[in-house]
Amino acid sequence: MGTINVSKKYTAREKAYIPAILIGMKITMSRFIKGFFLRQHDTILYPEKKRDYSQRFRGMHFISVDANKTENCTACFLCETICPADCIHIVADEREDENNVYGVKKEKKPISFDIDSLRCCFCGFCEEACPKDAIKLSRNYELAVSTREDAIYDLDHLKRDVKGRG
Amino acid sequence: MELFDVAQLMAKIVFVVGLSLGVVPIMVWFERRGAAWMQRRVGPNRVGPFGLLQPLADVVKFIFKEDFTPGNANKFFYYMAPMVALIAPLCAMSVIPFGSTAIVNGHEITLQIATMDSGVIFILAFAGLEVYPIILAGWASKNKYAVLGSLRGASQIVSYEISMGLALLSMLIVYGTFNPHEMVSWQAAKYWGCVVNPFGALVFWISIFAETNRLPFDLPEGESELVAGYHLEYGAMKFALFFMAEYVAMIMASALIATLFFGGYGLLPGMSFLVNFISTNFGFGEVGMQNTKAAFEVLSLISKVAFFMFMFVWIRWTVPRFRFDQLMDLGWKILFPLSLINLVIVTLMVYVLNK
Repeated sequence: MGTINVSKKYTAREKAYIPAILIGMKITMSRFIKGFFLRQHDTILYPEKKRDYSQRFRGMHFISVDANKTENCTACFLCETICPADCIHIVADEREDENNVYGVKKEKKPISFDIDSLRCCFCGFCEEACPKDAIKLSRNYELAVSTREDAIYDLDHLKRDVKGRG
Repeated sequence: MELFDVAQLMAKIVFVVGLSLGVVPIMVWFERRGAAWMQRRVGPNRVGPFGLLQPLADVVKFIFKEDFTPGNANKFFYYMAPMVALIAPLCAMSVIPFGSTAIVNGHEITLQIATMDSGVIFILAFAGLEVYPIILAGWASKNKYAVLGSLRGASQIVSYEISMGLALLSMLIVYGTFNPHEMVSWQAAKYWGCVVNPFGALVFWISIFAETNRLPFDLPEGESELVAGYHLEYGAMKFALFFMAEYVAMIMASALIATLFFGGYGLLPGMSFLVNFISTNFGFGEVGMQNTKAAFEVLSLISKVAFFMFMFVWIRWTVPRFRFDQLMDLGWKILFPLSLINLVIVTLMVYVLNK
């Protein structure tokens, strides 16, 4: 492998510099006219308008619920085990018989299900591991919080109403 | 000096200073929104209609910021630099004529603050002063990056002043006068300076970009390598003064190139017809006609300055910054010989044609 010389001799037109500037000015002028008169912008006015991300986007977590607002999670610990960032913490309990209309299908339940979103790397492994399709990642990308405690999502927060994938 | 003379002088000063400082917020707004439009963005549009009050919000921010002075700074020069930066271009504005004459109460008023025969020399002197705030600010704030920025700025301004001066000299030979009023009347009688001397106009135009530290020649402020350049250690209103000074210098440079090469306050094509139309239809006398003409002359100069200000913004967001050696190459190896050859050719042409 020798040295490859990629430099080239400039032509007289390139050396004159002014034609190149005029071409550039033509481009900026056309953009100026489009922006000023036709209001064509590539950016959006963010808080009013939001970007529509793909269905596969991995944003804020949620736990899907059934028609009775009971979480689909059965506290099997698969997500906690696979989580590479160690951010899921589940405390499991048995579902009381009178509350469990599903029989053997939902014998266990999480009494607490905390996700530390500051540790989470949004890899989506928990979603893949879940046998009940309970934990999912929504398309909500507005994860900003004002305190560190708010960044830890508890069960109430995770069971919030999410349509489709949010 | 009579009371009337003092009053008309004060009125002219208020008009020129007020206009040039009042244009600054509009230019800041236009710079930011224009940049956004050229880069397919929306730009600041939250404060007021179309974001027009954004400069006002900036000013409020500047006023309420802490007025910080670095401990090791040389206080006297540190405080002097922003003042010089703003005062020098404002002084140079005083000899730029913004109209021929207006007649009030039978007195003829020359629409120029300081009527002097050596007007162009005066402008050059104060344009040359623009190098001082940069050196003073960089040196007095005792900061490596600021010093580097000011060194760059100083060498750049000194280099480009030469080609600027030579381009100006060729126009002085064409007009045969230092008086801006006579230059404008020469151009009104014959052709615009840029038609007579296109290379001079081009060299002068490129040079004023370097003189006012605008992109593509904004090396003293190169953010990527110098943090912020010579005004690195300045905050609050002291920085705002530098900021305003940049725009006032742009206005001054635009007015200068309009006066020298683009007919100054001379009426734009079609304006003289408008003047005649208005004064005959509204039954103005000779005095009224002269005053209407003066108003249109002011409008003409303002529209020319506005055009050059637009060019400043347009070119800023088109052309990338030069590397320092490229800047010096352009200044010394291209513009300097070009303006020198142009000066010789113009001199010969004037000699042959006047013979």
